[in-house]
Amino acid sequence: MSYFGDIYRGIKTLLTGMSVTGKYFLHSRKGAITQQYPDNRDTLKMFDRFRGEVVMPHNENNEHRCTGCQKCELACPNGSIEIIWDRQIDPESGKKKKMIDQHIYHLGMCTMCGLCIEACPTDAILWAQNFENSVYNRAYLTKVLNKPGSKLMPGVEE
Amino acid sequence: MNISLSITKNIHNWLFSIMPEGVASITEMVLIAVVYLAIFAVAGLYLVLLERRVAAWFQLRIGPNRVGYQGLLQTMADALKLVSKELTGTIKADKFLYNLAPYFVIVTSLMALALFPFTQEFQAFDINIGIFFLIAISSIGVIGILLGGWASNNKFAMIGAMRSGVQTISYELSVGLSLITMVLISGSLQLSEIVEVQKNGWLIVQGHVPAVIAFMIYMIAGTAETNRAPFDLVEAESELGAGFHTEYSGMKFAYFFLAEFINMFIIAAIATTIFFGGWLSPFGITESIPILGLFWFLGKTLVLIFLMMWFRWTFPRLRVDQLLTLEWKYLLPLNLLNIVLMALIVWLNLTIQF
Ligand code: SF4
Ligand code: SF4
Repeated sequence: MSYFGDIYRGIKTLLTGMSVTGKYFLHSRKGAITQQYPDNRDTLKMFDRFRGEVVMPHNENNEHRCTGCQKCELACPNGSIEIIWDRQIDPESGKKKKMIDQHIYHLGMCTMCGLCIEACPTDAILWAQNFENSVYNRAYLTKVLNKPGSKLMPGVEE
Repeated sequence: MNISLSITKNIHNWLFSIMPEGVASITEMVLIAVVYLAIFAVAGLYLVLLERRVAAWFQLRIGPNRVGYQGLLQTMADALKLVSKELTGTIKADKFLYNLAPYFVIVTSLMALALFPFTQEFQAFDINIGIFFLIAISSIGVIGILLGGWASNNKFAMIGAMRSGVQTISYELSVGLSLITMVLISGSLQLSEIVEVQKNGWLIVQGHVPAVIAFMIYMIAGTAETNRAPFDLVEAESELGAGFHTEYSGMKFAYFFLAEFINMFIIAAIATTIFFGGWLSPFGITESIPILGLFWFLGKTLVLIFLMMWFRWTFPRLRVDQLLTLEWKYLLPLNLLNIVLMALIVWLNLTIQF
C-alpha cells in the first residue's frame, strides 16, 4: 500500500537527514570553521583562494615579471590599475623597448574580481592573502606594485 | 482555601505553624509564584543560550562564548538589553489587545509549568485532571498569538497569526489524541499518579509498539504546537519578517520569545512525564535519594529538548498545505488506529511490566 509506503519512506528520509546533521554535531568540536579573529591573530592563516589585494612578487635580485604590456590595465573594469611606462634603451640588445616605470594599483577602487590577474600573460601579479587592509588615509590605498629600482626578470619576454 | 499545593511538606507545615491559616496559605502561594517565575525566567534564558550553542554546533560554528564563561551570561545580557529598549508600536494598532497579547502567551505557559511533578514533592498544583488541564491550557496560548498578530495592524503579523491558528488547531488534535493513547494505559489523568504507575517500567516500555508510535506522533505534533522549525510558518523569517511579533519590541518581544522556549520545555516535560517516567530514575537506581528526581526529570527533559533542536536544525520548513496534509491525512488517522491498538493491548494485558 502506498500510504504506509509513504510513511515508511518519510520516516526513513527524515532519519537520514538527522543522521547527517547528528554527525556534524558530534564533529563540531574539531571541525568548527569559526575563526576567533583578534585572539588568534598571530596564527591565523587565510586559505589560498582568499583575495586580499593584488601584489607583484619580486625575486631576491629585485626583479619582477611585468613587461608593461598594459593588459591588466585594459582588463580592469574599474580602472584601478594604471601603468606608467616609457621607451628606453634596453642595455642588452641596445634597441628601444617599452619598459614599465610604475605599476599603480588603487586598492580602494578594486572589487577583487581577479580579471587583471587572469589577463596578465606573464603571471606578474598575484593575489595576496592579507586581510587587514584598513588604513587611516585613503591615499595609502594607492600602491605602486613594482618596487623602486626593480627591473624585469630576464627571460620572461621570450 | 485549601488548594492542594504540595511543594515540600516541611515548608508548608512550618508556614502554617507560625501564621494563621489564611495568611499562611497566601504567603505560600506568593512564595510559589515567585519560585515559578524565577524558574520561568532562568529556564527560558538558558534554553535560549542552549539553543544558540546547539545550533552553532550543528552548523560547525562556535556560538556565543564571550560573555561570561563559555557565554553563560550572554542571554542575561540580551535580556538586560531588551529591557532597556524602547517599546515601539504601530499608530493604528489596537493598543489594548496589542499590550495584552504577550501576557496571554506568558501566563498560559506559566500555568502549564505549575503542573509538572519535578520531583515527588516539588509540584505546585497536583490537579486530578492534569493532562486534560494541560491540553486545555496550551490551547489558550494561541489566543495570545492571534491577538498579537491581529492587533498589530500589520499584514505580515496578520498572516503569521492566521497560520498559527491553522497550525495549532490542527495539531492540538494530535497532541491530545496521542496523550489519550497513553492515558489508556496509565488509567489516570493526574500527573503524579501517572508517574506512580510508571514504577513498573516507563510507559513507553509498558506500552511498547503503540506507545512508541504515540511518542513519535506526540513529538511531531508538539514541535508544531510550539511553532518551531520545521513548523515555523508562524514566524517564517524569510517570508513574514518576524511573523506575529513583527511589531513588538523590547520586553514585549522578549515575552514572546521566552514563552516560545518555555513552551518547548513544557512539551518536552509532558513527554518526560507521560512517556519516560518523570522523576523516576531508570530501574530505580537512585530511589533512596528523592532529590535526585529533579536531576532525572531535567535530564530527560533536556534530552527531549535536544531532540527538538535537532529537528529544527535538520528539517526544512513545510508549506501550509504540506502542514495540513501531514496532520489530517497522516497523523490523525494513524493516531486513531493507534488508540484502538493501545486499547486492544491494554484489554488483552499485553503490556510489559517489570
Ligand atoms: S581585481 Fe579586478 S578590480 Fe581589482 S585591479 Fe584587478 S581587474 Fe581591477
Ligand atoms: S602586470 Fe601583467 S598584464 Fe599588467 S602590465 Fe605587467 S605584464 Fe602586463
